[in-house]
Amino acid sequence: MGIGIVITSGKGGVGKTTTTANLGTGLALLGKKVVVLDADTGLRNLDLHLGLENRIVYNLVDVIEGTCKLKQALIKDKRLDNLYLLPTAQIKDKTCVTQEQMQELVESLKNDFDFVLIDCPAGIEGGFENAVAGADMALIVTTPEVSAVRDADRIIGKLESKGIDDHRLIVNRINYDMTKKGEMLNIDDMTDILAIKLIGIVPEDEKIVVSTNRGEPAILDENSKAGQAFKNISRRILGEEVPYMELNDDNEGFLNKLKKIFFKN
Amino acid sequence: MDFISKMFGKEPASKDIAKERLKLILIHDRSDMSPQFLESIKNDIIKVISDYAEVDRDGIEVKYEDDMGSPALVASIPLKNTKKTSRR
Repeated sequence: MGIGIVITSGKGGVGKTTTTANLGTGLALLGKKVVVLDADTGLRNLDLHLGLENRIVYNLVDVIEGTCKLKQALIKDKRLDNLYLLPTAQIKDKTCVTQEQMQELVESLKNDFDFVLIDCPAGIEGGFENAVAGADMALIVTTPEVSAVRDADRIIGKLESKGIDDHRLIVNRINYDMTKKGEMLNIDDMTDILAIKLIGIVPEDEKIVVSTNRGEPAILDENSKAGQAFKNISRRILGEEVPYMELNDDNEGFLNKLKKIFFKN
Repeated sequence: MDFISKMFGKEPASKDIAKERLKLILIHDRSDMSPQFLESIKNDIIKVISDYAEVDRDGIEVKYEDDMGSPALVASIPLKNTKKTSRR
């Protein structure tokens, strides 16, 4: 029996879909059988992040309406044999699926997969309710901004009221230089305010834009810092203790580099 | 300049401002106390106290606070300094 993990945030644009695509790929790289499920009916995007948009024939709504079998709607990843995508419909809306139907769907996926990652839509309405319906645990994505942290807090409250107490925080797009100058909320500020356990810190990384352009998750790029962070999170999901990476390595200023050269000995 | 003013502590770091603001917002978000609820409490307090003293209606403040998990309603009710009848 697999585990259902919902990736949620409340606020839009903080990196839920990027996180889902990367962690799905990451867990598959670690040898797990994974399906990533797009729960954002009407505004699907997970297919784009994985570069699978041209392979979609059937979708989640078709499965629920009985137009096709579940297996027919699953799309195998281009690169990894043990990673699948269940896309959702783009021209339907979120009201055509009920919580019970979603729960049933996730349960049946859990029979065939080690992990079912559910990409939750922004907001706290029906789409959110559907996305969390079959989840055993939640990953809450936030960015170091007041609005994102506020929405994350609201989502944590919602999850707890639904009995999903196994939830962890991913802080996305942290800019080490800015936190060092006190111009950006740091990790301690956020875990302190939200009173929730951390599972990952993802640095701001231009490579994310490039990887989304290409439809190849950044985790596959050896040089991407964000990709490395997602690898670490994948391992932590499997229960490994992975130290948090140093974020200051190549953000060093010119002066610091000079200092190092001159004062090394 | 930014750096210098920070060195002398004239301006708090913006992340500390963000943190303070968040703490205050979340106290309200987490409680079920709507602004309307607090407003009606405020009006009732004014009604009760006005029988005994003249209340400065504009200065009255009713807040919900949650200090380390012990929630409290905190009211500040300034009085107008005009009634000195009690001295006689």
